[in-house]
Amino acid sequence: MILEMQNIQKSFGGLRVLRDISVSVDAGEAVSIIGPSGSGKSTLLRCATFLETVDSGSIRYEGEAAVTTDEFGNAHYAAPEALRAMKRYYGLVFQQFNLFPHYSVLKNITDAPLTVQKRDKAEVRETAMELLRKMGLEDKAKYYPYQLSGGQQQRVAIARALAMKPEILFFDEPTSALDPELTGEVLKVIKQLAMEKMTMVIVTHEMPFARAVSDRVIFMDGGVIVEQGDPEAVFGAPTQERTKQFLMNYDRA
Amino acid sequence: MSFSTMLSTMSAGMLRTCGIFFLTLIGSLPLGMVVCLLRRSKSGIVRTIIKIYISVMRGTPLMLQLLVWYFGPYYLFRIPIGGWRFPAIIFGFVVNYAAYFAEIYRSGIDSMPAGQYEAAEVLGYTKGRTFFKIILPQVIKRILPAVTNEVITLVKDTSLAFTLAYSEVFSLAKQISASQTSFLPFVIAGVFYYVANYAVAFGMERFEKALDYYK
Repeated sequence: MILEMQNIQKSFGGLRVLRDISVSVDAGEAVSIIGPSGSGKSTLLRCATFLETVDSGSIRYEGEAAVTTDEFGNAHYAAPEALRAMKRYYGLVFQQFNLFPHYSVLKNITDAPLTVQKRDKAEVRETAMELLRKMGLEDKAKYYPYQLSGGQQQRVAIARALAMKPEILFFDEPTSALDPELTGEVLKVIKQLAMEKMTMVIVTHEMPFARAVSDRVIFMDGGVIVEQGDPEAVFGAPTQERTKQFLMNYDRA
Repeated sequence: MSFSTMLSTMSAGMLRTCGIFFLTLIGSLPLGMVVCLLRRSKSGIVRTIIKIYISVMRGTPLMLQLLVWYFGPYYLFRIPIGGWRFPAIIFGFVVNYAAYFAEIYRSGIDSMPAGQYEAAEVLGYTKGRTFFKIILPQVIKRILPAVTNEVITLVKDTSLAFTLAYSEVFSLAKQISASQTSFLPFVIAGVFYYVANYAVAFGMERFEKALDYYK
């Protein structure tokens, strides 16, 4: 197991956003998380990447405990240095890309591997250029983010995350900020990664994409996992009433 | 007094004006950052103290503050005043301008989208590295127009050193004009200030242009 999240609970004020959620992701698996807005999908990713702290539950990367919960139900995080070291296991692609605007495309990709991971300069540069080629952006290395389209920026963001050589890559609605025209080019890149057996968790509203690309689909609503399984099963023959309803609304739209 | 004597006397005054100007910037630009960071401290007491400091600095005339810094040590503690004039001026200007710069920095830092911090955090940057490498360079670009405004005001505010009878260009202009019953010193002082501010505006514009390579 690359990622194990068990019995995750998270509230904002009085609002319970995650109610006892457990998710595990195996190496090479592509998992899509679908569900209506406010169902807790993004919060789950933000908890997995330590951008939010859980109230209780446990999170493990490669068996290494990041969060554990004592018998009284209180979550305990590992020491800050241990948590920072655990960031090598995962990467995150944001809805809003969040590239660094003052860095060139190349520097966006190489800076963290060089300064955080202290890797070899020539190797990092080679890795970055290879990733840019893969993203179809090899001619954009010297550009600045504002000179790129949204779809290109998101592909740079994916390259930036991959340059850290993560074990697992999270996508938080990677195409929600893009025009339909630009959505395709980003989805194509993610599909390519799925074919290469990159371990991924993708929060998305692109249903046909989720169906095509994932090994497993998780449908969340109201802070719980309503249904999960093989994409053909979840999309083709959902067993839960709530899932049927949600997918029907999607088809109509 | 001949025109050339007048000009050379006032030029010497302008040099003292420049002295106040540069020393104030050298002191207040970094001090403002310290104040700004303390203003965002986790400790409520520190935040309150800094808020009061900023409020007093902005809420009272700089001219009055200069008088307080200069005469205060004597009236309050009977410390002899000799040799304290210039340090008092610089101290007064620095702590006053630091308060304004701190607020400009704060507005810039607050305007940064949370996504920049989050992206840096996920990539494993430490807090310090995130601030100095990712946040601060973007903040500087954002606040440059506001800083330019403040620096231009400072050029003109140096004339407040007149309050403590420091012979910078404004004091000299007033003095020479009175003794020579001439209007000319005012014109010369005006030209000096204008040229100085023209240079400031020119320099800052170049700086802004230099940061135009990204948006």
